[in-house]
Amino acid sequence: MILGRPERGKPPVEPVTLKILVAGGFGVGKTTLVGAVSEIRPLRTEEYLTEAGRPIDDLTGVERKHTTTVAMDFGRITLREDLVLYLFGTPGQERFWFMWDELSEGALGAVVLADTRRLEDCFAAVDYFERRDIPFLIGVNCFEGADRYPVADVRGALDLDDDIPVILCDARDRRSVRDVLVGVVQHAMDYGTERRQTVTT
Amino acid sequence: MSTDGQGSSHWFDDEAGPVVRPYAMTRGRTTSAVQHRLDLIALVVAEPHADEAEADPSLSPEHVHIVDLCREAPQSVAELSAGLDLPIGVVRVLVGDLVDTEYVHVNRPVPPAELVDVSILRDVINGLRAL
Repeated sequence: MILGRPERGKPPVEPVTLKILVAGGFGVGKTTLVGAVSEIRPLRTEEYLTEAGRPIDDLTGVERKHTTTVAMDFGRITLREDLVLYLFGTPGQERFWFMWDELSEGALGAVVLADTRRLEDCFAAVDYFERRDIPFLIGVNCFEGADRYPVADVRGALDLDDDIPVILCDARDRRSVRDVLVGVVQHAMDYGTERRQTVTT
Repeated sequence: MSTDGQGSSHWFDDEAGPVVRPYAMTRGRTTSAVQHRLDLIALVVAEPHADEAEADPSLSPEHVHIVDLCREAPQSVAELSAGLDLPIGVVRVLVGDLVDTEYVHVNRPVPPAELVDVSILRDVINGLRAL
């Protein structure tokens, strides 16, 4: 990785960039989570879903509609002058999987945000990251008024492997979200070590 | 634009949709030679002579806008898309032009194979804990 170029005067710092994805059902608090730790107000980036970009898309009933906009909210955390972490909220609807493929390429890991009142909303995301071998953990967003369930119950309901962390969190709280992100990176680290061991043995 | 006071049936400003169809800014192009390198978090960095872009007649206002933003600080493709309020695909093509004309260069993000590099991951954890 090239960091800065030998130029006259003060060479600008060119940071290394990384990304973590934030997935989960509609309204589960993805953008809230991003906003809780981002140094910028979550920004929105858009892409058009066009005829060329819909190989796995079911547009039944909307055949006449040729373009759809997929929006993603994202935030930024400058960890060091030369190290920047981006957080991307994945598009909620399953028909935007093709955007997920692009987003998950090169992602450090992912948070699947879950609401215990509608756990089924995050099944698709869990399934997606399992299949792609992307390290992820479950962040159970503890909404006020929602019943608290023991972590073991959530794990059982989602049929998770034992090594996938489940963390209770508050998507509005900076410290809580920070702990979730540390958890993701820690898990990515363990995951990488595990994989190296399987390769060498 | 009419301001006859019966505006309820008219669309104004953002509600009227874009005045220029987005891909018109790329003259209809949806790909560029460097596109495969442009991840959403690829950083676009202005070259030292980027201040000359403003006087370059071959560049569109959007090109110049991108160069201006990058001269302040390196910008990711996602940030440029949000900053210019343009779809990612359009930004990719425009950045590709600017790479070709050598006003900017692009830094690729950490390649997936290096993501398992424990020292990088440890740096990220330490950075997060310091928040």
